[in-house]
Amino acid sequence: MYGGGNTFEGIQTESLQEDPEKLAAFEARIDRGEKIEPVDWMPQLYRKQLIRMIEQHAHSEIIGALPEGTWITRAPGFKRKLALIAKVQDEVGHAQLLYSAAETLGKSREAMIDDLITGKSKYSNIFNYPAYTWADACFISWLVDAGAIVNQLANAKGSYGPYCRALERICAEESFHLKYGHHCVIYLATGTARQREMFQQAINRWWTPMMHFFGPADKISTHTQVLMKWKVKMASNDDTRNQFLDMYVPKILELGFTIPDEKLKKNPETGRWDYTEPDWEEFMRVINGDGPCNKERLEVRRIAEERGRWVREALRSSKTAYVTPLA
Amino acid sequence: MQSLKELLYKIADDQLILGHRNSEWTGFGPLLEEDIAFSSMAQDKIGQSYALYQILHDLGEQAPDTVAFMRNANQFHNCILVELPNGEYDFSLIRHFLFDTAQALRFDMLAESSFQPLAELARKIKGELRYHTLHANTFIKKLGSATTESINRLQQSLDFALPYALGIFEESPYETELIAEGIFAGEKVLREKWIEKTEDIIKQTSLHLPDWHTITPITGGRLGQHTEHLQPLLDEMSEVFKIDPAAEW
Repeated sequence: MYGGGNTFEGIQTESLQEDPEKLAAFEARIDRGEKIEPVDWMPQLYRKQLIRMIEQHAHSEIIGALPEGTWITRAPGFKRKLALIAKVQDEVGHAQLLYSAAETLGKSREAMIDDLITGKSKYSNIFNYPAYTWADACFISWLVDAGAIVNQLANAKGSYGPYCRALERICAEESFHLKYGHHCVIYLATGTARQREMFQQAINRWWTPMMHFFGPADKISTHTQVLMKWKVKMASNDDTRNQFLDMYVPKILELGFTIPDEKLKKNPETGRWDYTEPDWEEFMRVINGDGPCNKERLEVRRIAEERGRWVREALRSSKTAYVTPLA
Repeated sequence: MQSLKELLYKIADDQLILGHRNSEWTGFGPLLEEDIAFSSMAQDKIGQSYALYQILHDLGEQAPDTVAFMRNANQFHNCILVELPNGEYDFSLIRHFLFDTAQALRFDMLAESSFQPLAELARKIKGELRYHTLHANTFIKKLGSATTESINRLQQSLDFALPYALGIFEESPYETELIAEGIFAGEKVLREKWIEKTEDIIKQTSLHLPDWHTITPITGGRLGQHTEHLQPLLDEMSEVFKIDPAAEW
């Protein structure tokens, strides 16, 4: 997990005039498929947008650890318990990798976490919804991770070296999460009536947030075009959503579950999926702080940060020197 | 046979319950690296408890899932130290240090056990526990000598935890038998080794240990007498499992 669709609005570009020669050389490198490294020259917009994107992704990993993490202590049986701890631990490890990748662009982990807690920077919207049952945790492990893999595989082909390398490692681990999640769901699907019903209800609860996960349809602005040209944004939100539906709707139906959208079907003419537009007003409302769990998620993070402050201060005060990560 | 089972149960229960407590840190650590460390130790401990319950199963006890998820608090023989809530990080760290120092020494001893399945498993577990004690010692040394706040916090937690830590070594009714049969060299021997090791690490910090004779051990755990904290932990652990114990999850 857990990176979802990114929002690319909101960075002021007027003051970002760049040296045309350097810019041309930078763009030529990207065209040749070269990776940009931390020490290389890069446009300010590129740097800012990458920080925002990697930071959002890192935050999504640590916030995403919360809804699943609450099921570690309740996982049924040794096999599930051990696998779920390992999985959630991986996600926290991904946050560590991603914060390090973002730090190479000049923003410290502390500053990023401060921005998370104050609500200045976002995380994947889907984690503002609660995981009520074990089946919800299984939905996240299988399908939310699946959605994240679709996004991350696209982003791993981007132009910024440290982010791509982090994503390659992350995707390798995610493939195990996907197998774990799918395995859990197969057991629910082939289990008792109650187990099947638990997962059907999870689908019903999570379908709208899952459709939201890839973000609203992109506005084709010059801004977006530049970011695609620089290989910061690798695929449109609609494309990744469509790819997810292509890969996973048949698998869900195959297990005998239904999806709560009567319009959902593949259009034979366009080769793409038709579906009911999820409620984008709800999406905007939740992303701006008014979702079922926004307050709780940030509060948990804030308390963890506050309770841990003395530890971080003590570690800094001892003889351990801070080393700038070189991702 | 009963003496061996009793020994296996208490060690397995210790590992399971502390593993569960460690796993509660996932997502809440004071820094990401500690979050990850406690999750790793949780996996090791829960995995170790599984392997020990598996030996018990081979000796005719119920399957590991049933034993772990279906017993009540009074059937658990873990020491009380491991069932206490995590509290603040200072307590979790001190408990981790005190308990894992003992556990590493215990498995060193068990590696010499006359009961071969246990000796073999202990040799494997020893290797894992080396990282747990390395982690504990590193953080105790760092935080135990850093700021006034970190030293005070660790000292307070140490003072609070020591009576419970001595409860780790509560003797079983079968102690003489275990020693005579060469299965385990006994809690008294372990306790002496533990005191020596603990003193060695604490000496390297700004923390201090009280005179051992002034501490009254808090015991009862090995006999199934627990605090009010254990049953809620078990209820939470088995919440999904008990929806339908016959179902496969």
